[in-house]
Amino acid sequence: MDDASTRTLPAGGGAAPPRRSAGRGLHRFANPGRFLRLSGRILPWLTGAALAVLAVGLPWALVFSPADWQQGETVRLLYIHVPMAWLAMGGYLGLAIGSAIALVWRHPLADLACRELSPVGAAVTALCLATGSLWGKPMWGTWWVWDARLTSVLVLFFLWLGHAALVRAFDDAERGARMGAILALIGVVNLPVVKFSVDWWNTLHQPASVTRINAPAMHVDILYPLLACALGFTLAFAALVLARTRAAVMERRIRALQVAAARRADA
Amino acid sequence: MTGWLALLARELRLALRHPADTLAAVLFFVLVAALFPFGIGPAPEALARLAPGALLAAALLAALLPLDRLLGADAEDGSLDQLLLSGLGPAAIAAAKALAHWITTGLPLLAATPVAAAMLNLPVEAWGTAMAALGLAAAFLSLLGTAGAALTLGARRGGVLLPLIVLPLAIPSVIFGAAAIEAAAAGGTARPYLLLLAALVAAATPLAPLAAGAALRGE
Repeated sequence: MDDASTRTLPAGGGAAPPRRSAGRGLHRFANPGRFLRLSGRILPWLTGAALAVLAVGLPWALVFSPADWQQGETVRLLYIHVPMAWLAMGGYLGLAIGSAIALVWRHPLADLACRELSPVGAAVTALCLATGSLWGKPMWGTWWVWDARLTSVLVLFFLWLGHAALVRAFDDAERGARMGAILALIGVVNLPVVKFSVDWWNTLHQPASVTRINAPAMHVDILYPLLACALGFTLAFAALVLARTRAAVMERRIRALQVAAARRADA
Repeated sequence: MTGWLALLARELRLALRHPADTLAAVLFFVLVAALFPFGIGPAPEALARLAPGALLAAALLAALLPLDRLLGADAEDGSLDQLLLSGLGPAAIAAAKALAHWITTGLPLLAATPVAAAMLNLPVEAWGTAMAALGLAAAFLSLLGTAGAALTLGARRGGVLLPLIVLPLAIPSVIFGAAAIEAAAAGGTARPYLLLLAALVAAATPLAPLAAGAALRGE
């Protein structure tokens, strides 16, 4: 456990590297100055790649891919719904890993990244639920059913919201981050339920058809645009979280500078 | 272990000295159960159909009420800090708190279950199952709720956050509990559902105090 000096982000722009005693590899990136420089270099490329992939993937999926012989044009919801569902679950796994890093190594940037990850994760999960609902109306004849997959994704949505609210509910930001990290780790029990709900219970929601061991039960005309959209949305998700984390680091720095200026004026 | 038992005894003695708190939770449970007949009309079949879920929901809401003060009161007067210094592990403290919450809130609800079940027109054969299911579900909520109370300790609007965090995780206990009561009311066997509910409690018994202890240590 390292002391408070590595825990607080220095205001001056990170000339001094953090102590090399605990969690060496990870703490290379705990230095906010280094993080800002590195992420500043990556972010434009990440954003550009996301926009480029989506610029190809979305028209391919929404306009040029064939309509389904049974579902007709509504099948195009798949290209939004499935990537959002993957991101909702994968993002939560990322939140759990980030929380574990934050708890074990007391990594200040992991705290910030988790804090900025949860609103994006909640938005993605909401989009997954909304597109699923829009798709359910024409296909199943109902906006919502209390099927195991839908219910567990709804719980996932509440977990995202609960994390976002809990992290921001403390006057002491560090304590909020710690509580949020513990909550994120508690919520991991829901992930296998979301993933395997379609196998454990006989549900209205179809079982997995892409991630099969032998071969995806999906024609390549639909599979390839789906994968393109999934890649594009994943890149966009990463770019959003990175940009939010950068903004949070800068916000902290501004606050530290303001406090320092106020102290100077006071003295 | 003696320290742990002393802590448990202290919690129970505190609850005995303020019986109004326990009584309020029981009354709340009965009142929520009484709201359903007003909402859906007094038709006996409709009420019996809704009774299992209504009982579970009412019991969980009633058990949520005292959670806010479970750790908050001790944190305010400093006795929580004393407890953390006492040599008992934070997880052990959380486990004692959870058990005390179950004894002082969960078990009294069972005494009121026949009243609520009668108001909701649940068949008499299902009353025993209803009490077993409510007891297990309340134990699950006590464990989860202690973790939630530890997490929201010191938060702004912690009382609002606590249900937001705890209730989504408590959904499985509602599903299995209501299924057990429904099976018993229909003359079927409730055993598998009760076993699943017990499995939830068994899984939460070691895990929830650990999480709560980790949150308390950050205090």
